[in-house]
Amino acid sequence: MIPATPELLKTADGRPLREALVAAQARSKRKAFLLVFPLLVFVLLTFLIPIGYMLKRSFEHDGLSKSSPTLTAWFQANPEFDHMNPPEGAFAALVTDLAQMQADKNTGMAGTRINYTVPGSISLFKKGAREAGDMQPPFKEAMLKLDPAWGDPALWYGMESAASKWTTDFYLVAADRKLTATGWERGDDKQRIYLYLFFKTFLVSGIITLICMLLAFPVAHLLAVLPMSKSSLLMILVLLPFWTSLLVRTTAWMALLQEQGIVNDALVALGVISNEGRLSMMYNMTGTIVAMTHVLLPFMILPLYSVMRVIPPSYARAARSLGATSWTTFRRIYLPQTLPGIAAGSLLVFILAVGYYITPALVGGAEGQLISNLISFHMSKSNWSLAAALAAMLLAAILLLYWIYDRLVGIDRLKLG
Amino acid sequence: MTQSSAQLGGTQSAGTAFVVFDHVQKSYDGVSLVVKDLNLVIGKGEFVTMLGPSGSGKTTCLMMLAGFETATHGEITLDGRPINQVPPHKRGIGMVFQNYALFPHMTVGENLSFPLEVRGMARDQREAKVKRALDMVQMGAFLNRRPAQLSGGQQQRIALARALVFDPALVLMDEPLGALDKQLREHMQFEIKHLHESLGITVVYVTHDQGEALTMSDRVAVFNDGRIQQLATPQDLYERPDNSFVAQFIGENNRLAGVIEDISGGRCLVRLATGEVIDATPVNVTTIGAKTVVSIRPERVEFKPEMMPAGVHTIDAEVLEFIYMGDLFRTRLRVAGSDDFVIKARNAQGQRVLVPGEKIKVGWHPQDARALDP
Repeated sequence: MIPATPELLKTADGRPLREALVAAQARSKRKAFLLVFPLLVFVLLTFLIPIGYMLKRSFEHDGLSKSSPTLTAWFQANPEFDHMNPPEGAFAALVTDLAQMQADKNTGMAGTRINYTVPGSISLFKKGAREAGDMQPPFKEAMLKLDPAWGDPALWYGMESAASKWTTDFYLVAADRKLTATGWERGDDKQRIYLYLFFKTFLVSGIITLICMLLAFPVAHLLAVLPMSKSSLLMILVLLPFWTSLLVRTTAWMALLQEQGIVNDALVALGVISNEGRLSMMYNMTGTIVAMTHVLLPFMILPLYSVMRVIPPSYARAARSLGATSWTTFRRIYLPQTLPGIAAGSLLVFILAVGYYITPALVGGAEGQLISNLISFHMSKSNWSLAAALAAMLLAAILLLYWIYDRLVGIDRLKLG
Repeated sequence: MTQSSAQLGGTQSAGTAFVVFDHVQKSYDGVSLVVKDLNLVIGKGEFVTMLGPSGSGKTTCLMMLAGFETATHGEITLDGRPINQVPPHKRGIGMVFQNYALFPHMTVGENLSFPLEVRGMARDQREAKVKRALDMVQMGAFLNRRPAQLSGGQQQRIALARALVFDPALVLMDEPLGALDKQLREHMQFEIKHLHESLGITVVYVTHDQGEALTMSDRVAVFNDGRIQQLATPQDLYERPDNSFVAQFIGENNRLAGVIEDISGGRCLVRLATGEVIDATPVNVTTIGAKTVVSIRPERVEFKPEMMPAGVHTIDAEVLEFIYMGDLFRTRLRVAGSDDFVIKARNAQGQRVLVPGEKIKVGWHPQDARALDP
């Protein structure tokens, strides 16, 4: 019988049972912890800390706030000033800070920070800083005379926001928002590149996942049902791409698919297409999809194979003996049992595809670029905060997908191999 | 019941031929035959067991009947219709698999409903049939469970119900009780037997467990080396084995090797290597001087002088070991130089207990000692 109050149970020498259990398990728990400790440190140093740092960078930029104490103080004192027509005090604070920036030689950093939200601000700041030391009050008139752009309400919104080093500006830019005379607004359709690129990335990843699934299913099935000697040979063929450098594989696709490539040459030689009508399968979306499907295919095959391998053939036989045609057997009996593999493979391929960089960069041309290429572009332009904001959005989207997946399929049903 | 009692007498099934294997051969590699010239006629309503060691071809025969393997040569007919070219789903044969093969992603009810659905049966009709089939195996309360939530015995019942729910005339069972513990297995043997009797279906049952075969079957086909060694009722199989393989495979048996000294009137005398002469019934030996192996069941050996049949030869024995088995006493003797001669005696009131070292004489009715091929 199970006692109603288990906490009253004692060991033979009178110690509480729970305490004795903890003591008995402590040693093995300590051992287990020591075993995983190096990995824990590694993950912390190389994964969690950089990601945390990246997330921080997406919210933080001190380009202006560091060098504009006067202006920052003024913004704090006047939280509800008129952006359309900032008062003399604001200009006075601005001139003071600009003069100091000129002396400290950090005008560029401040201008760059404002430039992220209000394009064209770097030259404005440099010009302003050069003149600020000689300026006489009233500063408002003097500044507007120097350049009417100083009266732009968008600039004042931008400076107000940048006066604090903590900001959501980069997320707003990444979400295709734009500073206007009335604050943050939806940008022009032509300039809305980020969300469009997110959408395109997800769409392309979805297409690649679907193609991978259709291609991988028969291969995985063959792997699972063939006798060992043949299936291991096939397995080597599946794994061969893994052992080849990604760069080599992508270059091979370039050799195959470009306009003067092998496929086009063959088609022309066979008379399927004319020499003028060569297909452009490279440096566009087609190239990106073909090459990425090839690269990611093993990630779909392997989880599918691991699930299919353990489905006993007796299920299909049972279904057949119960009167089901081979198609019904596949649809009602076999396919549902492969779902954990399909789900795992799709999740894996989709997430990898969403973050893919090298292949679209090499074979995508202008049309086949994905969001990671844009992130890389902003990093190369030293706009780390925007790159970080875009990456954080990508990360959030993937976590959201993962959560939906968990709700729909259940993460415990995932079989990765 | 008249049919089964007639079979106990050793005659062929009175029912019409329902399943016929006609000179069936099967090869997987084109080099060797797994099934060599199989001829078997199974009557309607009969319970026939294919019994044999693994690799004897019995499962291959079942798979050919179910349609998962094709015969390399020969014809299989079902109810007069050749079925070699008929795909499995059109044969209408119920099948119970070794590991039940219940679809894990469906509930018990969905599993049972599946064969009815693929036959296009209406929903209310399906539900009624599923309920009836579940009640038949006393599993009515488990309609909405998943197979993984059931015990082995319960899964076994569901598999049975699923194979019967679409009213097949023929049900195949491939070692269906192999995964159950002994007690449950024995219980299920009787249940399957009773279902067979009450439904009037024909059952072809594959097992390597001879006890199971003897308990359940109308007739047993003993397979070895791709051939049927003997096709007979359980009683005939046990008491009148046709050859040494069957004698050895079914039940425990003592073997004494010797040479035929005399044959006359359905009796023979066999001289053992050590010089003793014993009485036996010749089965597949015909000539004097031929080598033979005499097979005697342990429980048919007499050791009490007052029980010894008159006029038979007795033979000296020394008690080596006495094992108390509860319902039986099992005693190992040295007989004619062999150390593994076993006798079994019922643990009856006043039964004599043999002591190791004791010298006794043993004998038997000549019809219980069968002189078989060496």
